[in-house]
Amino acid sequence: MGYTLNFNLIWRHFDKLSGGLLLSLELALIAIAIGIVIGLVLAVWYVSAGRVVRGIIAAYVEFIRNVPLILLVYLVFYGLPTVVDLAYSAQTSFVATLALYSGAYLVEVFRSGLEAVPRGQIDAGKAIGLTPWQRLVHVRLPTMMRITLPALSNTFISLFKDTSVASVISVPELTYGAQWINFNTFRIVEVYLVVTAMYLVTGYALLFALRLVERWYRTAR
Amino acid sequence: MLSQILYALPFLAQGFALTLWVSLLVVVLSLIAGVILGVGLVYGPAPLRWAVRIFSDTIRGIPILVLIFFVYYGLPAVGVHLQSFWAAVLALTLFKTAQVVEYLRGAVASIPKGQSEAAMAIGLTFRQRLVYVVFPQAFRRFLPPWINGVTDAVKGSALVSLLGITDLMQAINQVIGRTYEAMPLYILGALIYFAVNYALSYASRRLEQRFAFIRD
Repeated sequence: MGYTLNFNLIWRHFDKLSGGLLLSLELALIAIAIGIVIGLVLAVWYVSAGRVVRGIIAAYVEFIRNVPLILLVYLVFYGLPTVVDLAYSAQTSFVATLALYSGAYLVEVFRSGLEAVPRGQIDAGKAIGLTPWQRLVHVRLPTMMRITLPALSNTFISLFKDTSVASVISVPELTYGAQWINFNTFRIVEVYLVVTAMYLVTGYALLFALRLVERWYRTAR
Repeated sequence: MLSQILYALPFLAQGFALTLWVSLLVVVLSLIAGVILGVGLVYGPAPLRWAVRIFSDTIRGIPILVLIFFVYYGLPAVGVHLQSFWAAVLALTLFKTAQVVEYLRGAVASIPKGQSEAAMAIGLTFRQRLVYVVFPQAFRRFLPPWINGVTDAVKGSALVSLLGITDLMQAINQVIGRTYEAMPLYILGALIYFAVNYALSYASRRLEQRFAFIRD
């Protein structure tokens, strides 16, 4: 053994980690915001669409879910610019990838949520003369939201962890910060202990906060 | 373009074989470790239960990538020297083990308490209760999510490319480095991963349907 822990160099470069953590959260937040829009639109479309549209949406969902995230990240950042005339930063590229990625998971979440809305509620909406659009906005979506909130929280926390993959295209998030300190100071065990703690504390704090929101939302009306 | 990709196919096949080999090792090792720890979590004495709970919650709370780097760079620092291949297998196994523990806990918890109590009432020993009553029923709840979870091992194995191991992901990157045909090769790679994982998740869904007749 003979390894002595020395955290001094970690604290000296802690800005790499704190800044990285903030960027990780930011990436996850933007990605899930776009992902929710993708997921909602496609889920609503899916439940009312014909076979062809359903097939296309299912193909998107299954493709994303069954391919490693790192490959998707490479594909969008290194592959896509070779065939389309677009230029974007690594960060934009990663956010776009993670948004598409979360969208695929959220379609499934929202779709099963929509299907879990009790038939009676929709019929009741019909009975009081709501249009299909009003039934969607005032009846189906609010109930669906309450059903899917726990799954949505889990997706967000899992996306927060997935932002670590951004380090492979040098987006300076938390894992990238950890690697930087690893390679430049060689305080390897220390940096990964600190970073593990940072991911754990942030992740569980988020989980706790989101569970509170869920409980509040359940009892709010 | 096509000729270059055809030329690279044997190399990609080698990478794919390594991806499968890593995944297989991880799946088998984590199944063994996960079932042992999972039984410890459900039936063990309090200190063991806490230890497994902390292990599982910690591993599941951090990104796999951090776990891989921690094991790969951290072990040599404390004097443990593993080949990068085994460091990668170890890290992925830790990650999968935590998952298996949770599948097992969930499966056992889904078996009504009355089953164990009835088994106790007719005088079965602890071991007999597990082997003849709880496990055969829990198995049907365990199998579909577990098979689906194998896709996580296959997808996670793509991260070992970052340790310089020539798995499918790394093989693709190397061929792209030589041919500059980024898009066709990434799509080819995606299709290969997709084929493997889709087959697994399809099998999982079919099994779930088959076992769906079992009611509490």
